Amino acid sequence: MADEPLVLGIETSCDETGVGIVRGTTLLADAIASSVDEHARFGGVVPEVASRAHLEAMVPTIDRALKEAGVSARDLDGIAVTAGPGLAGALLVGVSAAKAYAYALGKPLYGVNHLASHICVDQLEHGALPEPTMALLVSGGHSSLLLSSDITSDVRPMGATIDDAAGEAFDKIARVLNLGFPGGPVIDRYAKEGDPQAIAFPRGLTGPRDAAYDFSFSGLKTAVARWIEAKRAAGEEVPVRDVAASFQEAVVDVLTRKAVRACKDEGVDHLMIGGGVAANSRLRILAQERCEAAGIRLRVPRPKLCTDNGAMVAALGAEMVARGRSASSWELSADSSLPVTETHVPGHDHVHEVSKENLYS
Amino acid sequence: MLLLALDTATPAVTVALHDGEDVIASSSQVDARRHGELLLPAVDRVLAESGLRLDAVTGIVVGIGPGPYTGLRVGLMTADTFGLALGVPVHGVCTLDGLAYASDIEKGPFVVATDARRKEVYWATYADSRTRLTDPAVDRPADIAERVAGLPAVGAGALLYPDTFPSAHEPEHVSAAALAALAAERLAAGVDLPAPRPLYLRRPDAQVPKNYKVVTPK
Ligand SMILES: [Zn+2]
Repeated sequence: MADEPLVLGIETSCDETGVGIVRGTTLLADAIASSVDEHARFGGVVPEVASRAHLEAMVPTIDRALKEAGVSARDLDGIAVTAGPGLAGALLVGVSAAKAYAYALGKPLYGVNHLASHICVDQLEHGALPEPTMALLVSGGHSSLLLSSDITSDVRPMGATIDDAAGEAFDKIARVLNLGFPGGPVIDRYAKEGDPQAIAFPRGLTGPRDAAYDFSFSGLKTAVARWIEAKRAAGEEVPVRDVAASFQEAVVDVLTRKAVRACKDEGVDHLMIGGGVAANSRLRILAQERCEAAGIRLRVPRPKLCTDNGAMVAALGAEMVARGRSASSWELSADSSLPVTETHVPGHDHVHEVSKENLYS
Repeated sequence: MLLLALDTATPAVTVALHDGEDVIASSSQVDARRHGELLLPAVDRVLAESGLRLDAVTGIVVGIGPGPYTGLRVGLMTADTFGLALGVPVHGVCTLDGLAYASDIEKGPFVVATDARRKEVYWATYADSRTRLTDPAVDRPADIAERVAGLPAVGAGALLYPDTFPSAHEPEHVSAAALAALAAERLAAGVDLPAPRPLYLRRPDAQVPKNYKVVTPK
């Protein structure tokens, strides 16, 4: 096991400052500092607030991860960092830290894709990813269906949201119901005591002529908000638990239906679910039921690995090292709209020539 | 003493090595949009030019602004992380102080002003090239015209607004060479330099973009 790559990963694409350390597919440390409380009163992530928090938190979080893993920085085989997609200013803080750290330690640098990292993290939970794997990524920022035959080089987008992310809909509805931010966990909690069939909310993009694997949650969001407003306008009490359960059912019904269909159509027998919404209890139950019925193996990492973290970046970095993918150059920059097909940002061959002499040996 | 100095608080991406007596090597590139890309290669170039390795450095000096935030953080994060990896102290220097030090104005008072965007400047007044009289501030040029009337001025912020700063002249941007020399002088004199914390001067814009979480490309 000791010859598996030891990699430190840095994640700053949104509001979590994550530093993780892995050895191959073994998780050694997963240190997180979150600025979520600073954003709550704004009802969403404020980019400048997030960027400021990343700068403050980075060095202490790296320190914490090294202590947690019980390894020395000089023993690392590489530094991985989220190069995109994400909030531009926030990403740049992490990329700057990773470049300086890799350079000062004389280690190769791997700028990797945030979405591919969300998929690869499952290796830390359930071992090597089956190839191919279908992945459903759902969070406040992502709603994508991706097919990967090799997580270091081949991720193909099958479908994505055409408007809002699934997690964003949870936040919005929680806000309309005055339940606070973030919306996911609180809707999940109320929904447990509600009737998911109480109100028939619309299932977006499920008509026969609609794109088979794309998602839309904007119409659902509006429909739920209107339903609540109508109740209030009529002076009636809003059945919060039933609304939460029926809304949640509409979301997870569409997500799981489309994911299972994509697996069947592509002949893929593994589905992984990642992203913050993967922590949703109803999504897990329904996905399990539908996968079992279709003969598909479901893999969902524990909730802490589903939300943004540094361990997922380290996991993909370690896979890059193990498969001999080329490192990024010192010119690596953040790319807020890095396409999912670009699993990492390899350097150009001519860039490394000046560097070697100045590094630690 | 071997100081690595860097500053990204102005459109310049500037790096210098200073041995306590002199600047050994330096690099300055002006490109306000590519601080993140340019800084590390510049550090690498300066080290290669001097034939030294990063682990020979005994301290890091970084410009703490004020300056546009995204670029400013590139320098600070890089400095912080070098400090962590190398186990050496990281010293902050006000970017405006570096500009004042690099100016050839013998006798003040004078003004240093950099571009704060949004039609504002970051500015401070100086008694001489080593002595700041006022805290760095951010203002509209017209609002400080009376206070800076008749004073010589340096920096891109002064050059941009000739109505307020009619006698503005070079240097336009800060140089890490000046920053390093100033820091070396102060450290040798036993003066404590400020912690490497950014001078933002403005509160963050509390605007939640429409797709406020990560935008997922399709
Ligand atoms: Zn994410």
